[in-house]
Amino acid sequence: MTTALNAKYTFETFVIGTANRLAVTAGRTVAENPGSAYNPLFIYSGSGLGKTHVLMAIGHAAKRLAPTLNVEYLTLDEYVEAFHAAIAAGQGDAFRRRFQNVDVLLVDDVQFLSNRKEMQSELLRLTEALQGAGHQIVLTSDRPPPEIADLDERLISRLSGGLVVDIGVPDYETRVAILRRKAEERGTSFQPGVLETVAGLEFANVRELMGALNRLVAFQAVNDQPINAEATKQLLSAAAAAARAAAPVAPGVSPGSGDEFGAFLADVTVTVGKAVEVWRARVGEAVLRWRGEGYRTHRLERLLEQETPAAVDEAIAEFVGDVERLKALQAEVGQLDPQASGESVFRDPERMSEAEEAAAKVRAGVAPPPGPSGAFPLAGYAVGSSNEVAVSAVRAVLDQPGKKYNPLVLVGKSGLGKTHLLNALGLELDRANGAVVACLSTQAFIDELIAAIDGNRVDWWRARYRRATALLLDDIHLIAGKERTQEELFNLFNLLQDQERQLAFTAPAHPNTLTGIEERVVSRLEGGLVAELKEPDRAVKRAVLERLLAGQNVTPEPALLDYLADRPSDSVRSLVGVAQRVVGAAAAEDVPLTAGLAREVLEGQAPREERRSSGFRTSGIVVSSLGGIKSREKMVWDWPEVADRLIEELR
Amino acid sequence: MSLVNFTTREITCKIVYYGPGRSGKTTNLHYIYGRVPDSRRGRMVSLATQTDRTLFFDFLPIDLGQISGFNTRFQLYTVPGQVYYNATRRLVLQGADGVVFVADSQARQLDENLESLQNLQSNLLEHGVDIRTMPLVLQYNKQDLPRELILSTADLDDALNFRGVASFSADALHGVGVFETLKGVSEMVLKRLAAGSTA
Repeated sequence: MTTALNAKYTFETFVIGTANRLAVTAGRTVAENPGSAYNPLFIYSGSGLGKTHVLMAIGHAAKRLAPTLNVEYLTLDEYVEAFHAAIAAGQGDAFRRRFQNVDVLLVDDVQFLSNRKEMQSELLRLTEALQGAGHQIVLTSDRPPPEIADLDERLISRLSGGLVVDIGVPDYETRVAILRRKAEERGTSFQPGVLETVAGLEFANVRELMGALNRLVAFQAVNDQPINAEATKQLLSAAAAAARAAAPVAPGVSPGSGDEFGAFLADVTVTVGKAVEVWRARVGEAVLRWRGEGYRTHRLERLLEQETPAAVDEAIAEFVGDVERLKALQAEVGQLDPQASGESVFRDPERMSEAEEAAAKVRAGVAPPPGPSGAFPLAGYAVGSSNEVAVSAVRAVLDQPGKKYNPLVLVGKSGLGKTHLLNALGLELDRANGAVVACLSTQAFIDELIAAIDGNRVDWWRARYRRATALLLDDIHLIAGKERTQEELFNLFNLLQDQERQLAFTAPAHPNTLTGIEERVVSRLEGGLVAELKEPDRAVKRAVLERLLAGQNVTPEPALLDYLADRPSDSVRSLVGVAQRVVGAAAAEDVPLTAGLAREVLEGQAPREERRSSGFRTSGIVVSSLGGIKSREKMVWDWPEVADRLIEELR
Repeated sequence: MSLVNFTTREITCKIVYYGPGRSGKTTNLHYIYGRVPDSRRGRMVSLATQTDRTLFFDFLPIDLGQISGFNTRFQLYTVPGQVYYNATRRLVLQGADGVVFVADSQARQLDENLESLQNLQSNLLEHGVDIRTMPLVLQYNKQDLPRELILSTADLDDALNFRGVASFSADALHGVGVFETLKGVSEMVLKRLAAGSTA
């Protein structure tokens, strides 16, 4: 029933001039804050001046800012038809409900409400319902509400209650700008002065202007040679004269003298055009254009005050460059801190340095979210059968961030290398251009949120994470019972996932076994891939030990590595602790690092051990007389040296 | 008064219709007023006596809209023609960008024409303006009158146009030559833009 938005009708493709600037500004505001800024927004203008374009542009902009919004565009006629069909089918209530659930309703051509009493009351009711629910309604018409014939008083006051703006006929500069853009779109180029000539003629609306341009395009295509300004004038004035002849002539005006003023105006225009030097016209055009977009143009205006300025084109180009830079800064700042982006400094090319400073300040204020730790490179991650599933999942994610496994949840007991793997993933993701990888512990995430709530800048906090191209949270189970954090994470999760940004988490157990986490969060965690890390296998352990010892400039004998790798150990962390103890002991006693020493350190006096227990094995497992298997390591035979304990604790 | 203001992007042309009493200056303005669309013209201010003689001056502002990025306005003034209103004439002439001298084509008015022309010259001098530098056109009005009453444009050129400025034959009552005259003076005024734009 509703019409799809025309993809061409966006604010970007709309040429803004003084006549339509208010409507565009209001439209943008409404798109940015649907339902709260101007509700209803009523745009009126003559035919062919861009009502529908602005209306659809609002829809596009709103949709882009909040993709989940339900935006509907339809003309009043379509609305009426749908209503009649619904009534005929006995579905009047369903029809009403359907439109009440629209977040942004765009209704075109409401002037056709004249003499349709039942539709007027229907629209009145709908407007009230939408306003009441905080939903946005935007209407267009060819005349302001009070001038729509036979319109209900209540509807008039309702429609006029928000903001009523009009779009005027574009001025000369805007006309030139429109023609240039359209000619560019059509891939046609004209001799200098041609488009200016077209723009100089009087057209009632943009559609007629387009008609004139089309005629020129066709003429040029047929004649195989570029049309010049003079020929343009002849070609178009013939058409214009025909149109004028068709128009009714006011009584009392003698024929032939009908448009003396028009002719006079045309001549004056030509004279002024000749008199005002070309460069002045160009500067003036630039001034109007950028002023129309809301930038301060003093720098260009000063040019006009000079007699014969040097390098006008360069000055304009420089100005445009500065404006582009300001736009970029403003967009960047807008992402970080929407409020700061409204500052006037971003609209004044004369205060570039101030703008840069302001942007730097915002950037510093909104430091990127904490990134991954450089201490955990992927290259330094030992791979073995116990963790290869997780590692290959990480590699798959790196191949297609945000697309393959999103989210990736690494599950495993403490000390198995989840944090290392998560940070390694973060580091690799961070290499991409423009990447902002947020990689932090869930606890830090919670603490930051609390600080933000405390400092009354949750928006800022949100903006900070919304920038992230990847969000990696360690120990996600810590959000258990933290309702607000879960809420924020849920929203952030959805937002990032929608934009195909990678999410990764670690947890001690499968998400569905974690308690205290809302179902909606759990189900999202389960939605990607849950990869488990198991207790380290021998290959992993050997690799870890080799790397650890190499890092301490120790060249271990293979027997030592085999011994340590063969010892049972439930996590990489405990393995590292054990190895450190051995290294510490060797250093303390100043003896070489050997398997024998390790055995001595870890199992007490090896010979005595042998004597005490017949069940001793090199693996370090003791088979007790009771039949259970006990690891020697778990028993305190000898309290370690204080130095050793300290090392343990430091780990 | 600055003719072109590049800062505010405005062009304002003050054009004064000068000439002896009853030569048709106000008629010129009335005709123009009738041809300008409502949206483009301001209220025509006419201070006339009971017998429709201009007492002080007529004033007709015309908004030509945006031209080459300039908000262009014309301000048309007439002066009272009668000899004894010279103070008003001088006042109106102040800051004029161009002058249309409306001459009465009737043979018996030749002296008044000459006198008024001299008066124009001296009044301009009072303002420190040399008439040779002022954009000036002549309009020979009432050319619709019977041949025997009027001088031909050639005769009038001989008598009045010793500076060789542009001259236009006109019948202001019926609009003949009115816009041609305005166009003539406007072009002269606007052509000075290039030369004196920054003045």
